[in-house]
Amino acid sequence: MRNSIAIAVPLRLRPNISNTLPHYKFRPTCFHSHEGHTISCVPDPRPQAKPMALHFEILGRFNRARAAQLTLPHFVCQTPLFMPVGTQGTIKGLTNNELERIGCQIILGNTYHLALRPTSELLEEAGGLHNFMNWPRAMLTDSGGFQMVSLLHLADITEEGVTFQSPVDGKPMLLTPEESIQIQNRIGADIIMALDDVVRTTITGPRIEEAMYRTLRWIDRCIAAHKRPHDQNLFGIVQGGLDPELRDICVKGLVERNLPGYAIGGLAGGEDKDSFWRVVAQCTAALPEDKPRYVMGVGYPLDIVVCSALGADMYDCVYPTRTARFGTALVPEGVLKLKHRAMADDTRPIDPTCPCMVCKNYTRAYIHCLVTKDAMGSQLLSYHNLYYMMRLSRNLHSSIVEGRFPEFVRDFLRTMFPKGDVPEWVCNAMEVAGIDISSCCAPFPPCQENDSSNELEQLNKVKIEI
Amino acid sequence: MKFAVKKALSSGGARVGVLEVGSCPAPIETPALLLATRKGLPHFISPDLLPSLPSPDSNLLQVSPLHFLEGLSTTTISKIGGLHQMLGLQQHGIAAVPRDSIQCLPESKAATKLGASFETPCGRLLIKPKDYVEMISCMQPNIWASLADEVPAWVSEKRNKTSVDRTLRWLDDCISLYPAAGSIFGAIVGGTNLEERKRCAEEVAKRNVSGYWIGGFGLGEGIDERPALLRAVIDILPDEKPRLTCGLGLPEEILQGIAAGIDLFDSTYIYSLTVGGFALTFSLDNSREQHSLQSDQIGSDLTKINLRATAYRKDMSPILENCTCYTCKNHTKAYINHLLNVHEMLAQILLEIHNTHHFLRFFHVIRTAIRDGSFEEFRQAFLESRREHFKGEAIST
Repeated sequence: MRNSIAIAVPLRLRPNISNTLPHYKFRPTCFHSHEGHTISCVPDPRPQAKPMALHFEILGRFNRARAAQLTLPHFVCQTPLFMPVGTQGTIKGLTNNELERIGCQIILGNTYHLALRPTSELLEEAGGLHNFMNWPRAMLTDSGGFQMVSLLHLADITEEGVTFQSPVDGKPMLLTPEESIQIQNRIGADIIMALDDVVRTTITGPRIEEAMYRTLRWIDRCIAAHKRPHDQNLFGIVQGGLDPELRDICVKGLVERNLPGYAIGGLAGGEDKDSFWRVVAQCTAALPEDKPRYVMGVGYPLDIVVCSALGADMYDCVYPTRTARFGTALVPEGVLKLKHRAMADDTRPIDPTCPCMVCKNYTRAYIHCLVTKDAMGSQLLSYHNLYYMMRLSRNLHSSIVEGRFPEFVRDFLRTMFPKGDVPEWVCNAMEVAGIDISSCCAPFPPCQENDSSNELEQLNKVKIEI
Repeated sequence: MKFAVKKALSSGGARVGVLEVGSCPAPIETPALLLATRKGLPHFISPDLLPSLPSPDSNLLQVSPLHFLEGLSTTTISKIGGLHQMLGLQQHGIAAVPRDSIQCLPESKAATKLGASFETPCGRLLIKPKDYVEMISCMQPNIWASLADEVPAWVSEKRNKTSVDRTLRWLDDCISLYPAAGSIFGAIVGGTNLEERKRCAEEVAKRNVSGYWIGGFGLGEGIDERPALLRAVIDILPDEKPRLTCGLGLPEEILQGIAAGIDLFDSTYIYSLTVGGFALTFSLDNSREQHSLQSDQIGSDLTKINLRATAYRKDMSPILENCTCYTCKNHTKAYINHLLNVHEMLAQILLEIHNTHHFLRFFHVIRTAIRDGSFEEFRQAFLESRREHFKGEAIST
């Protein structure tokens, strides 16, 4: 019954408070199968049936922002945190001990790529991806769905799952929610993601609603297929495009399943920033306080600071490592393009405030002569960029815990926007987050003619007035 | 730089020495390996991983000044404070040699009386002594080879003779242009002509240099021609100054060079192995049991394994069981096989670490054999072990 979308009734679950279930309050009693029939299904009432393999303890707050300790089977993490993407079982060009040294807590593996090579069966034989790559800390795998949609031209999404053409031999293949969870069970990460029907936010129309409801139907299939709830945490993903009503329905539907954690999906795909932050704000407000919130595909340091102010905890993105391979370094002021000819005789470090191995030992000039020509260039830049992201994560966590989060945000914005041209979407978001950034924003006196001493004077005046 | 011979074999040229250079944490024993670099750093091993290699064995690097012509001016290098500062390798010994045998190769046809020619990634470059010395003075390496006109084995006698004349002239230019240099090693060339080799060596020996860079090898001469050429040169050179050579890369060639009396080698062997996906596995056991392992390895010749082979897909053991390098202590053949299949840079990093570690251990074992007086036996056993699998095949066919 593929056309059931328009008449689909959002799943109504009767909350059933049971005394025999110490971990959660709601017990779903029925769900729709993909054929559209209502199946009466009473999940195993024993506590092991849906345990959580994580512990989330909030250590500090500022309004919506929170700093927490996230205890996972392999590692105890501090949030907010950024997860580097190790697509194929490695973070490009960095060894495990380098990752540990820069403070990396969780890495992300892409199920799609790993299922192709070296295959989830081999990983299972090897004792899981942790063992295979000898990574002692935490790991998260995505469902594989997004990769398919973005990488494969002929990916088509049906109620059954994602159909695609195998890149190996061109045969038509199908990734179902069950299959995705099975693969992720074999890979063995601490956190696994439900297969969701993801659509780009730049699309409009009924497809978004279809995707949202399907995501809810699929979460139940994921839950049923999940064989290792004791040591792997299944996160649901909130979809619904940029439509607040759809997002709301999705959040409620997922929360009723009482999952260990929730992700906000379908963003970071080219939507305008104003819509982006509003969706994040809406979702973080509606998601439970005591569970981690993961904004997928974010991203730029500025976006991470804003989302953290709005109450998100976890982030992932290929940006830091990918931009390193193009010769771009992340710095407090924004980015530094090491390929630029001006760098050829710049003997300063990439970031004088950064204590990483690269900034302590190398000049922009030397990195300039390496980048895009020698592998070592992108290795060193990846190291620095990831260090930058880890440092940002640590600073977010500690500034919240130590009660100086607003100051941190203001410092961050002032450094990135010394002229006070903080984007409007950031100002709006910070207002909702309850953080006063008026001292970071223009208007400054209109002396645009590079009267730098005057500008500096004005800036200093503003700083003192806070 | 200080060098002293500690033990020389009475029978031949092999000797153990001690080299003190720059701010290396400890004196370095020779025969020793200079690690190949690209723009001053290893090709793949990032600098924070260098300390995991045996020290001080791994503290000698060979750097080609020509690498920096692509994108980094000598003034900037000077401003930064020289190579050691720029590379963050203050505790390493750096030997500057224009030829790196991988990407900067001597082009004898384009050399002129004004300078040597090299094929490089930036194109064909003519390097004049004055420019060369300027690079050296900005880079401040610990050791540097004078500019040489290297020619391949097949050039005419006339061309060969010219190469010796030019090389001597350029040596004098280098010395006069930069007398207060780091330690200059006089370049000795002469192709495959014994007389020219002797002539060059005699002339260079007259100059005030700290050591000798014996070039012109690895350019088409037969491996059997080499011992005589090396002998001819080394017999003339004073014992107490170190000898560095270039172009002798394979273990057999290294042993050949050591037997003749060479102290320092740069080698492209590690690089070639690494980019090919190979890992060294030959036994470093000093006994004659050189080939006790892996006789059934696919794609293996008992001295190295090709980790691209599907045989290693599920092999959860390290490359070598008792190897103490970072790669063998932390990763399996299966993981490296996977990395190679998905074209991940980490594969080369891990392989370069292991191969460097193993090759440095090879040198260590050689030094021990020289000290024990068993170098010749060691050398014979080693050469035979590398031919063992050929013997096996010949019998079975």
